[in-house]
Amino acid sequence: MIDPVIASRLQFALTTIVHIIFPVMSMGLAPFLIYFTWKEIRTEEQVYEQLRAFWTKIFAISFVVGTVTGIVLEFEFGTNFAAFSTAAGELFGGPLAMEGMMAFMLEATFLGIFVFGRERVTDRLYMISSVFVGLGTWLSAVWILIANSWMQTPRGYEVAMQSGQPIILLVDPIAAYANPRFPWMYVHMQNAAVLSVALFMTGVAAYYVWTNRDTEFWRKTMKIGLAVLLVTAPFQAIHGDAYGRHVADTQPQKFAAMEAQYETDSSVGLKLLAFPTSVEDITDPHAEELFVVEIPFVASLLASGDDPGATITGLDEFDSENPPVAIVFWAFRAMVGLGFWFILLAFWGGYRWLRGELFEDDLLAKALVGSSVLGILTVELGWIVTEVGRQPWVIQGVMKTHAGVSPGLTGTEALITLAGFVGVYAGLLTLYWYVVVRLIREQAPTRPATPNRDVSGPEKGVPGDD
Amino acid sequence: MTDPLSAAVPLSLADGPLFGLPLPELWFALVFAVLGTFLFLDGFDFGVGVLFATRGTDGEREQLLAAIGPFWDGNEVWLVVFGGMLFAVFPEVYATLFSRHYLLMFAILGGLILRGLAPEMYEQRHDEAWQRRWGQAFVVGSIASPFFLGVFVGNWLFGVDGMASIASLLVGLAVVSLTVVDGAAYLGVKTRGDVRLETRSFGYLAQVVYLLAAVAALVVGSRSAAHVDLFSLPTLGLLGVTVVLAGGYVAASRAERHYLAFAAVAGQVYGLVALVATLLFPLVDPVTGLEISDAIVSTLPLNLSSIGAALLLPLVVSYFVVLYSAFSGPVDEGESYG
Ligand code: HDD
Ligand code: HEM
Ligand code: HEM
Repeated sequence: MIDPVIASRLQFALTTIVHIIFPVMSMGLAPFLIYFTWKEIRTEEQVYEQLRAFWTKIFAISFVVGTVTGIVLEFEFGTNFAAFSTAAGELFGGPLAMEGMMAFMLEATFLGIFVFGRERVTDRLYMISSVFVGLGTWLSAVWILIANSWMQTPRGYEVAMQSGQPIILLVDPIAAYANPRFPWMYVHMQNAAVLSVALFMTGVAAYYVWTNRDTEFWRKTMKIGLAVLLVTAPFQAIHGDAYGRHVADTQPQKFAAMEAQYETDSSVGLKLLAFPTSVEDITDPHAEELFVVEIPFVASLLASGDDPGATITGLDEFDSENPPVAIVFWAFRAMVGLGFWFILLAFWGGYRWLRGELFEDDLLAKALVGSSVLGILTVELGWIVTEVGRQPWVIQGVMKTHAGVSPGLTGTEALITLAGFVGVYAGLLTLYWYVVVRLIREQAPTRPATPNRDVSGPEKGVPGDD
Repeated sequence: MTDPLSAAVPLSLADGPLFGLPLPELWFALVFAVLGTFLFLDGFDFGVGVLFATRGTDGEREQLLAAIGPFWDGNEVWLVVFGGMLFAVFPEVYATLFSRHYLLMFAILGGLILRGLAPEMYEQRHDEAWQRRWGQAFVVGSIASPFFLGVFVGNWLFGVDGMASIASLLVGLAVVSLTVVDGAAYLGVKTRGDVRLETRSFGYLAQVVYLLAAVAALVVGSRSAAHVDLFSLPTLGLLGVTVVLAGGYVAASRAERHYLAFAAVAGQVYGLVALVATLLFPLVDPVTGLEISDAIVSTLPLNLSSIGAALLLPLVVSYFVVLYSAFSGPVDEGESYG
């Protein structure tokens, strides 16, 4: 029978990977919705009302699926990682309780008003609701990322023994909750969410532009999405670069896995491109078996901040076993690669826009359509780097993952639920996709396809398009 | 492993409980109060879900969905907060209880997934086959969630270490019937006409089942659980109050005093969790024999959680007031918000 440790890890991986899709949608949509609501109330232009109404529908369905998948995660710490929860409960339970009281309550109650209440409440209360819903989603990320960042860079605790079991005691809440990883993680995650939604919006809008069924609504969507992309995509890469340095400082073993650096070395170059030289090495890439295009000294320089000769500790140097290097290495490369692709897309679109040809470039439209869900994929890749790269630790340097799993859990039980989740979540994702596509097809204002693209269509006379 | 920042934490927070309050016992009560709030608020959502099965026409079904539409998500968060609070103040109880009832927890989650998803899906398309299927899923989820949750509470109370016992299955049945009463009473407030009249007779029936199942569960359960003392004053008192409230619910509902009837149901729900809590006290987990004082986290995190809860819970209550007043008044047949 399957090892309950493996099954629990796989199950946690699957359930978080599915869950995060929906928070990304809701956290990313939140600022857009606040903006649309504000403009709708201020300008009374129809297009903003349409934008607000349409994207709220996407938000609502994302929220529901986010809720049902989120509760699963909250329970799973107890069901599958009981030893971890018992040992770390003092530090870890608090943020989850705060998340519930401070964030989810705010979000879930005002969402009722935001989704169902446009005709019922005053503009003012409606506006407030949109802000509170958005604030709720962003606050929930604060607390959950406090919990996760503490697992990456634990601070402010002491380990004591209680009836033969190690118990992690909270001694300094400020050090623990404002741990060094938290600000990095929060900024990178929230920007990633906005970026992913901007890509999604732009992609959907580009589809209508490309098929000549665009209206004022979709043109506006495309411009707003692109504008946000122009800011968030470069920022994500600049920030990610500095983030990498922080990871090198605080989790050197993970950093070595990201770079597939086995031997400790000084004056290490930054690998711009790194590919294993033979097929076998794809699953276990070693530094010396990589074909690399590198800038000399730069990795050392980046990892240290100022010293081109700085040493990077290799994986062989650590006492604990290595994380699965190939997964971390490839996921990291894929994230960074996609990150640069998003920048390219943003600049390409920006250039066309500047020249007034934004809606004329079919290749651009296709590229945007094809990239619409890549933001979310990139978030998954980044999380895989973070979580798989932390292995074999569940709490870096403090508790190993296998020691955190529920002691009484049997392989059979774990397998039953794992198989159940594979089935249920496959269905859930299919349904979500189906509903979103249906909403886009049927609920958004479009005009029938016309062979002649010069026809400016029914949006004629609607003010507000610049 | 402390930072220089540590000097900023007032040491007194780690010295003793805030204001010398009996925080462990207060938290024990609070955890159950939050569970009760979940059972009361989401309980009527479940009840409406069960009663959904009794409605034949499209218009009436829409009406039931509209009656809970803006509220159910907020109601469900009380379960999330219950889990979070248990984790924050009784981590060992959270961990052992949840892992001991591994499959049961996922059964609850499965029920909640169906219940949450189904109404949303139901509204997406208007053809008959689609709506029939999602309507059924809604009913199944609305029965399964409170049933398994009841079994969980039963296992917890009676210290059942396996999947379930007769007594905990009876608690499951009791909780499902109580949610039907809750749903019927809520529809008394939220609807008019036929729907209100017809669902309330189901409410009366469920009320009788609830009383029988609850008493049967206690009688059966107390035989194998030494800490469950049926004849103590608080137990008898709470049972007495429940019977009076049950009668009160039926009488008020017949007299068309719908808010009063609803309040009588609320009283019964809180009575149920109060009964569970008093029967357990001072144990928090009969299987491991953990008492409140063993299971509670240390002083510093306890004080922090207490400050958090004291500041936030009043705010949370105000959100619910805003939400429920924005959508006050009954919904009519075929009406939906949005
Ligand atoms: C749209 C998504 C997206 C994009 C384009 C990027 N990232 Fe990222 N990255 C994430 C989304 C993300 C994330 C949200 O998935 C993670 C996981 C945890 C976190 O804080 O952010 C992440 C983690 C993450 C980590 C930390 C891993 C850890 O904590 O162990 C590093 C070093 C980078 N990223 C670096 C980069 C660089 C150099 C990029 C250059 C383009 C980049 N990211 C683009
Ligand atoms: C939502 C984005 C997240 C994703 C996609 C994600 C992904 C993963 C993956 C892939 C694993 C399996 C790693 C392995 O065993 O090799 C994992 C494990 C785990 N993650 Fe996350 N994670 C996310 C967020 C979080 C957060 C916010 C927390 C804590 C608050 C968390 C806590 C854990 C725990 C406890 C485990 C199990 C122990 C372990 O395998 O180390 N994760 N996660
Ligand atoms: C792995 C650990 C995680 C746990 C235990 C968890 C828990 C939950 C729970 C219980 C809910 C439902 C709340 C409700 O009823 O409204 C939820 C929803 C949500 N979660 Fe998570 N979550 C995790 C990871 C994350 C991460 C990494 C983020 C973002 C950075 C996140 C952001 C959100 C947001 C914004 C929602 C609101 C629902 C939505 O918008 O879809 N969660 N989560």
